[in-house]
Amino acid sequence: MFDNLQDKMDRVFKTLRGEAALNEWHIDNALKEIRVALLEADVHFKVVKEFTNRVKEKAVGEEVLTAFSPAQQVTKIVRDELQGLLGGNEVGLALVGSPAVIMMVGLQGSGKTTTSGKLAMHVKSRGRRPLLVPCDVYRPAAIDQLRIVANNVKVPFFEIGENRNPIDIAQKALAEAKTLLYDTVILDTAGRLHIDDELMQELQTIKDDVRPSEILFVADAMTGQDAVKSAKEFDDRLGVTGIVLTKLDGDARGGAALSVKSVVNRPIKFVGVGEKYADLDVFYPDRMSQRILGMGDVLSLIEKVETEIDQKEAARLAERVAKDKFTLEDLRSQLQQVKKMGPLSSLVSMIPGAGKISEQDIDEKAIHRMQAILDSMTKKEREFPQLINGSRKKRIAKGSGTSVQEINRLLKQYLQMKKMMRTFSKGMGARRFGKMMKGLPPEFLH
Amino acid sequence: MTEPKKSFFDKLKRGLFMTHTEIIEKMKESLTPDLPIDQSAIDRLEEGLLGADVGAELTMSLVGRLEQRVRDERITNMERLTQVIREETRALIPQRKASTIEIDRAQPFVILVVGVNGTGKTTTIAKLAARWKNEGKSVILGAADTFRAAAIEQLQMWADRVGVALVKHKAGSDPAAVAHDAVAAAKSRNSDVVIIDTAGRLHNKSHLMQELSKIHRVIDKELPGAPHETLLVIDGTTGQNGVSQAAAFLEAAKVTGMIVTKLDGTAKGGVILSIMRQFDIPVKFVGVGEGADDLIPFDPQDYVDTLFA
Repeated sequence: MFDNLQDKMDRVFKTLRGEAALNEWHIDNALKEIRVALLEADVHFKVVKEFTNRVKEKAVGEEVLTAFSPAQQVTKIVRDELQGLLGGNEVGLALVGSPAVIMMVGLQGSGKTTTSGKLAMHVKSRGRRPLLVPCDVYRPAAIDQLRIVANNVKVPFFEIGENRNPIDIAQKALAEAKTLLYDTVILDTAGRLHIDDELMQELQTIKDDVRPSEILFVADAMTGQDAVKSAKEFDDRLGVTGIVLTKLDGDARGGAALSVKSVVNRPIKFVGVGEKYADLDVFYPDRMSQRILGMGDVLSLIEKVETEIDQKEAARLAERVAKDKFTLEDLRSQLQQVKKMGPLSSLVSMIPGAGKISEQDIDEKAIHRMQAILDSMTKKEREFPQLINGSRKKRIAKGSGTSVQEINRLLKQYLQMKKMMRTFSKGMGARRFGKMMKGLPPEFLH
Repeated sequence: MTEPKKSFFDKLKRGLFMTHTEIIEKMKESLTPDLPIDQSAIDRLEEGLLGADVGAELTMSLVGRLEQRVRDERITNMERLTQVIREETRALIPQRKASTIEIDRAQPFVILVVGVNGTGKTTTIAKLAARWKNEGKSVILGAADTFRAAAIEQLQMWADRVGVALVKHKAGSDPAAVAHDAVAAAKSRNSDVVIIDTAGRLHNKSHLMQELSKIHRVIDKELPGAPHETLLVIDGTTGQNGVSQAAAFLEAAKVTGMIVTKLDGTAKGGVILSIMRQFDIPVKFVGVGEGADDLIPFDPQDYVDTLFA
């Protein structure tokens, strides 16, 4: 885990006392830390250089404000600058023409086909009639993949028949879209290396032929320094209109976003944030800048908790508690809700200042074992825990690969929890309690 | 298994062409003739290392060591400096020798292939299968990526092309069951090698990593001691996140080796230096093209020589 940039800044500015302006020595030391933070996040080294120079210009001689500590002040300049570079407000798709054509381009494995499906679903939900078109005739089963994706998102798919030429496919798909009144054509092109002249030429020909209103460069958030070269080549040859950053649900700090943005200078229009087709999000420069700097991402955390927790389920649980009917079945359901949000360590990493909590502090395995124990009980046992006698305990222990002691511990914890909940729920309405339930039980952090 | 050394060097050099022209050349350009090695050359070195995805921490410690040696040993010419750079970089890698996959160690020899999404697992498996088939070995593939759309079809097409058998279930079925059946089939057919494909998964998703642990356990149960190799496929364009990928896959699936793909572009794959150093996981092969013979055994010495050629 990386140190929080804010903490590093605090250390740098510890020696600055009672000065009226930020001095160069302090700023230089602060910039060293910022430089490392950006490099570790995979921002291209030249981009880092330009960026730190810019921050220095802004920071030197700036008045020390009383409201902020100098550390906070420099951090703020860095964040504002980074946010500015990453882009202003949300930029939607420019869908011009009938049909409007979106061309998906990028390196192999960046996520073009999955993103095409997500995008089709996105435009469909806005009342458009998309057509998904497979232009990847090279990779084995790429066409089958897009057909399955299209079927999953319930969007029409262009069958290429005997065609094996991506340029012909694009043309015929356009003609079909005109006849059948599809207003948005999404071309899923094959992944290619930016230095593969022949295949880059193919994209240029398709572009000249179908005149897309969007050419989206799909980039993997885990990309390192090479992001600059590939993005530049794709942009030079095609004139990219926007960027889609994929696999942002990983733990990469995503410096590639800044690298790509700085060479292509087009908006990052979407980010891919999950395996499901709905997991396509608009881009938030503020969150991205905090992520790159390793400053935690409170907003994302809040949003994650809100979207992943099933509201109805939370309300139902709250009611059960209020009526003192909280069973092991309910505990199991609550655990599942927590697990849906992903590993606790990834949640914790979004909390600013929690960068120092080591992974050992989070007992992921304890939850896993509890889950196994609960799974090994019969539904009846979960509904009526008092049924669980000695021989049942032995069976459950065997089934879950745990011990009778662990089952006793879980039952004890359950009773304590139930007691605690009863006390809480007394002076609290069911609604407010439901909100509290969203929080992670403190026992999970030891 | 033993390819002529030249072949590796040439291919990797072709793949890493940009690196070779960059780091050392740029250092030379910045030097003033007849003057000692100065800061500008060191700066070019630093940029070159960073640009190759070596990472800030490792770059700075390398550069620090070199500055020290330039001072202590009064190094004045680029030839000597290049030597020293190679020496210091090699010293970072625990495994000095090339590490191969010895499929004769067991029969069937079971290989589990894992990695994040889009690194080229399926293509790499096809190349491995072709390699051993050409050596006269019988190979079975297991299509345990039951999640991604058309992943099974993709592996089927490769199996047909290469001419090897494939064990598969329906899309959406339990990947551990596929892995189990592939190993069982290899046992009953007396096959030499089983290669099991798995779905790409981001290493921070605990439920998916647990699924991988389960696949590993199921294979071990069906054939004690298997999988004999668990290969992590890393995209050569990956930056510092590669370290976090290696850590997570090592924990969940006991990774024994890496394959680095897509080194035929402009990326240099420098993150593998950090990974090899921190986790002592050897790189077995690198992918430098689309063809079946574009998967070449990795030699750490040659890699370092090529980075600083």
